[in-house]
Amino acid sequence: MLTPTYYLVLSALVFSIGAVGVLVRRNPLVMFMCVELMLNAVNLTFIGLAWGLNDIGGQVSVFFVMVVAAAEVVVGLAIVVAIMRRRDGATADDLSVLRG
Amino acid sequence: MVDFVYLVPLFPLLGFISLMLVGRRLGEPAAGYLATAACGGAFASTVVTFFGIRGLEEEERQVTKTLFNWVIAGDFGVDVAFLVDPLSVAMMLFVTGIGTLIHLYSVGYMHGDPNFSKFFIYLNMFVFSMLILVLGDNLLLTFLGWEGVGACSYFLVSFWFTEEKNAMAGKKAFVTNRVGDWGFMVATFLAFATIGSIDYLTINGTAAQLSTPVLAALILLLFVGVMGKSAQFPLYLWLPDAMAGPTPVSALIHAATMVTSGVYLLTRVNGLIYEALLHAQWVTNIIAWVGVGTAFFAATIAIAQTDIKKVLAYSTVSQLGYMVLAVGSGVFVAAIFHMITHAFFKALLFLGSGSVIHGMDDDQDMRRYGGLRKLMPITSATFIIGWLAIAGVPPFAGFWSKDEILLSAWDLGGLNGKLLWFFGLITALMTAFYMSRQVFMTFYGDYRFGDPDADEVDEAWAAYLAHAQDAKLEAGTAADDAIEAHTKAVAALETAREAYVDAQIELSQAADEEATVAAQKVVDAKSTAVDKAEAAEEKAQAARDEAGAVAKAASQADADARSEASRRVEPAPGEQLTAGAASEFVPAAVKQRAEHHPHESNWQMTTPLVVLAVLSIFGGLLNLPFTSDLHFLEHWLEPSIVFEHKFAASGLTKWILAIVSIVAGGIGIMGAVMIYLKHNADPKKIEKPILLDAWGYDRAVSAFMGGPGAKMFEGIAWLDANIVDGMVNGTGSFVRGSGSAVRRLQSGLVRSYALGITLGSVALLAWFLVRVAA
Amino acid sequence: MTNFLVAAESSAELSFPVLTSLIVVPFLGAVLVALVPKARVEAHRLIALMASVITGALSVWVLLTFDRTDGGFQFRSDDPNVWIESLGIRWDLAVDGISLFLVVLTGFLFPLAIIGVKPEHSPKSYFAWIILLEAGVMGVFMSLDLFFFFVFFEVVLVPMYFLIGTWGHGNRIYAATKFFLFTMFGSALMMIGILAIVFFHESATGIVTFDVVALAEGQNWGVDAGRWIFLSFVLAFSVKVPVFPVHTWLPDAHTEAPTAGSVILAGVMLKLGTYGFFRFGLYLFPEAATWFAPVLMILGTVGILYGAAAATVQKDLKRLVAYSSVAHLGFIVLGTFAITTESLTGSVVQMVNHGLSTGALFFLVGWMYERRHTRQIAELGGLQKAAPVFAAMFTLVMLSSIGLPGLNGFVGEFLILLGAFVANPWIASVAATGVIFAAVYLLWAYQRVFHGKAEGDNATMEDLRPNELLVLFPMIVLIIFLGVYPKPMIERIEPSIEVLVAHIDANVDGWTEPTADVLVAEESHDEGEEEEEEGESE
Repeated sequence: MLTPTYYLVLSALVFSIGAVGVLVRRNPLVMFMCVELMLNAVNLTFIGLAWGLNDIGGQVSVFFVMVVAAAEVVVGLAIVVAIMRRRDGATADDLSVLRG
Repeated sequence: MVDFVYLVPLFPLLGFISLMLVGRRLGEPAAGYLATAACGGAFASTVVTFFGIRGLEEEERQVTKTLFNWVIAGDFGVDVAFLVDPLSVAMMLFVTGIGTLIHLYSVGYMHGDPNFSKFFIYLNMFVFSMLILVLGDNLLLTFLGWEGVGACSYFLVSFWFTEEKNAMAGKKAFVTNRVGDWGFMVATFLAFATIGSIDYLTINGTAAQLSTPVLAALILLLFVGVMGKSAQFPLYLWLPDAMAGPTPVSALIHAATMVTSGVYLLTRVNGLIYEALLHAQWVTNIIAWVGVGTAFFAATIAIAQTDIKKVLAYSTVSQLGYMVLAVGSGVFVAAIFHMITHAFFKALLFLGSGSVIHGMDDDQDMRRYGGLRKLMPITSATFIIGWLAIAGVPPFAGFWSKDEILLSAWDLGGLNGKLLWFFGLITALMTAFYMSRQVFMTFYGDYRFGDPDADEVDEAWAAYLAHAQDAKLEAGTAADDAIEAHTKAVAALETAREAYVDAQIELSQAADEEATVAAQKVVDAKSTAVDKAEAAEEKAQAARDEAGAVAKAASQADADARSEASRRVEPAPGEQLTAGAASEFVPAAVKQRAEHHPHESNWQMTTPLVVLAVLSIFGGLLNLPFTSDLHFLEHWLEPSIVFEHKFAASGLTKWILAIVSIVAGGIGIMGAVMIYLKHNADPKKIEKPILLDAWGYDRAVSAFMGGPGAKMFEGIAWLDANIVDGMVNGTGSFVRGSGSAVRRLQSGLVRSYALGITLGSVALLAWFLVRVAA
Repeated sequence: MTNFLVAAESSAELSFPVLTSLIVVPFLGAVLVALVPKARVEAHRLIALMASVITGALSVWVLLTFDRTDGGFQFRSDDPNVWIESLGIRWDLAVDGISLFLVVLTGFLFPLAIIGVKPEHSPKSYFAWIILLEAGVMGVFMSLDLFFFFVFFEVVLVPMYFLIGTWGHGNRIYAATKFFLFTMFGSALMMIGILAIVFFHESATGIVTFDVVALAEGQNWGVDAGRWIFLSFVLAFSVKVPVFPVHTWLPDAHTEAPTAGSVILAGVMLKLGTYGFFRFGLYLFPEAATWFAPVLMILGTVGILYGAAAATVQKDLKRLVAYSSVAHLGFIVLGTFAITTESLTGSVVQMVNHGLSTGALFFLVGWMYERRHTRQIAELGGLQKAAPVFAAMFTLVMLSSIGLPGLNGFVGEFLILLGAFVANPWIASVAATGVIFAAVYLLWAYQRVFHGKAEGDNATMEDLRPNELLVLFPMIVLIIFLGVYPKPMIERIEPSIEVLVAHIDANVDGWTEPTADVLVAEESHDEGEEEEEEGESE
């Protein structure tokens, strides 16, 4: 029998992979993809629970998240591209101009 | 006619304003005459006011003339209002009268001063302030005049401000007086807080209702002010220094008028003092003892002063002590009486001393005076009258007033009164002594202005010894040089002789004709050289002998000078100071003085002298003690003075006391005659250095102010810069320090922030779980 | 904007919004100066001068039309224009006897500061800042709305910061920053205090208002809260005055500020604090003020003696005058918190007099610095010979500062001490020793600077120039006039003081004004006063 628990476990795994990826990788693009991974893990939770509880609200939330994620990708990628243009091969650790 | 009182201060005020505007253009002497006229106008108006007051019934003789509301706030209100009564009129009469004379005198005295007109601006300003002081119907208006005269005194003492000493004296006068002013101000506050009014009539009228502590505090606080202005111990310090001002200023401000205003103030509040006399006699005793103490103390100092004006300054302090003693004994009439006679004779003495100083080329050292009687006849005659007046010789003015004060002290009764009387008497003796000393040193004896004084003789001897020593050393050096030159000449002769012998040997060994001729030539040359060297040696020897003789003589002269200096006898008293063998070395200043011819002063200066001399002779007529009808001043002042003093002493006691004081004065004069005229004793026995130094009190105060006092102020400034401000700056640097510590957390690395977020969310999650589980 | 300003004062007898124009004219002047191109050098000065002279003339007009029998607020609009209705913030201006003379003093000193001193560089921004400052100061003195009061109170900091920081001497950045931080620190707490009383008032009455009068009449905060809030106000004003021990910005700021800055700082800006004590201390918090009064009286006295002692050993003439300000302001604080009619009147009088005499002293010291390029007392000497008029002026102003009777400085000091003596004789007696010290440090400085022999450059120092005499002359006239005849000033101040004392009396249980134990009834003065007033008012 398929229960929401499987979805939740899977989603937790995916989220952890994403979180670890953000923390350990230095390439901004990869970090960016990891952020997406975390978002999608959350989406998976919503879907799983919506299915399990038979509630349409969860699925609506997923649409919100996807729209926001899309917007975020557009802005985020633009920033990454802009940075890449200015300095070649920069890693996230080089971008520390906000240091106090 | 009483309304003429408005004109009294108006004249000097107008004089002041017009001199401010056009004084410089008027120049000398017109500016001086304008100022004199302004003061004279005030005197004339005072005379009219006097008759106006005299025309009133005795009970109505206290008239208040209000000009305008001055300061009004809340319950407090004070007007610019004049209290015209016998007391203020009497005071005004002598302030304007003597003021006019001194203005006239100043025209002559300030002749040639670059700031001639400025001097009269200040002088008119002073008279105006003094009149406000006298006329004020309340403490505050009197305080206005009080501070005004203080400021004028400051300007006039430091009139010749380029001398640091004068500037310092002016400042000292102002600051010392400010200490007194503190007492005056607090007394004013206290009067308002307890009586609700600060005008004199109300204060005197309600004195009986005051509680004893308030009464005592009020009187003593006012007395602190009096100590400042009337130069009583311990605040008298400024007055001797104030002599740095031009002499007319010393006469007007620091002898006749301003310094007596303290006594005037105490007389104004006589209702209070009368009350204290009845119920709290310790208060009036403090006043009386400070007075007599000051009188005694200052008289001892005056004995040893050598500056003609310093003697008069300490004498003024001493006489003011008498007046304060009279107030403390509750005999206000005697205080005012002495104030008036003192104004006459002390102004006379000061102006006389100014005339002397003027005639003696601005030299103030009495030790250089002497025999001026013939050279300055008017000055000396008037000065001698002043001397007799202050020394208490009947029938001159000073005798009557001083005697009245001594009598009133005696009349206090008990040991207290007798002690006060005794110290007063001793002071009278000393007064007679030091004033006689001054007169004898200045006007009697030999004319010795061109003679060196003791210091200068010492200087001459020192110069003589130094010269002899220099000559000895110089001759010694010259002798050494000659010996050395001779030694050299001897050596040269030796060398020449040796060369001659060598040449002869050369000649004897000559092989051929040619060589013989040449050797012969050499021998001849060497022989000439030997002759020359012999001549040189002879000359050097003569020089050596001569130098040796000179050196011996110089050495002898030096030894003679030393023995002469050591054997030098101190001149016997009265003997002229001569420099003996050192005469050639007296300082140039002495020669300059010798060429100076003392002269009598011009008419502007002598006229006031004569007028004041007449007043000093007849001033006693104001209040003769013989019968009640002759107490003119007492009757005149009656309406102003709450308390009419009746002497308890019997007629016989009065006569005895008078005779005793005449005898005391006589002893003082005789003592001075013995020492300074007949030279029977050495003055050094009396003129102790500690007296010259004013018992070291002034020096001690200055040392304290300059030492610990200044240290304390510097300490506060240090505290401000380091502790108070340091705390502020410390707070600043703490904030900056903690900021830069926290700053490190902001690394700018996205991943470390993300880590923080992760850890934070994990922690939050854990917390939730724990809560749910619990 | 203009509509709302004009409407603000359309009261019955007053068709012209004079108080508003006192703020708007200098503000517009500042804008105009900023718009004129940099190259037109003289134009800036001219515009600034015109704006300040017009403001001064308007303030004199306010003085002349002021009703001296009325102790309440005058020139106030009946229906103040609402600015932010929901917050109850209104453009509400008025003057009473307390603020009247401060407004006039402000209007009087600014033109003199503009005539008397030329900036060393960048005149455009200098003049713009100066008259902007005038607008701000006027706003503080006239605002009856706490919100606008606070805004103006903060606004004045900015121009002064730049004046000190840009045109100052030596250590100017340090001084300017210190000045700014100190004052900001104080007013930050005051802002919380303001909000607190507004909320207290709102919760009691349901009305949100920043109106000082409504708040003061309501007294809708408890005793304890009132005391804490009072402290927050007192801190802000203490820094501004300054009261010991938060005075240390003042010597630095004064010493480094340009001459005009020092004059305005001493003459007007210190009064923002003392004025605040009156309007927002005593009037808003009568209970707390009477409760804290002894402490503040002591602090005032400490300020008098401490300032005087520190002044005595200063080596820098300007710093000496700055410390003398600490002492003089100590008198005002003492008088304010003695809370008697006499001392409060004296304090207002002293505010004006200190503005005149210390302002004039700063002018003189500034001009001396211009000529001699030093303020060190040791390097000066014998100046009286070279510059007699300068010395005479300095003497007069100095004597006024010492508090010589007959000159203006005395009247205020005397009334303060008199009133304080009634409230507490011991404190007043100690404070009165301040008059001794004042003579010590000023005469000492005078002697060292003006007396003695002149050497070097001192012997050739230039005397006062015509424009400098022009600046000093009105000040000297006032110094003498207000000393001899202070009545016109006092009689306009006193009714407001009486209203204030009555307000305190009504709002504090068990407090009555300390008065003298009068043995005699004082009649003659009151009668005379009334008669005269009748005569003059016709």
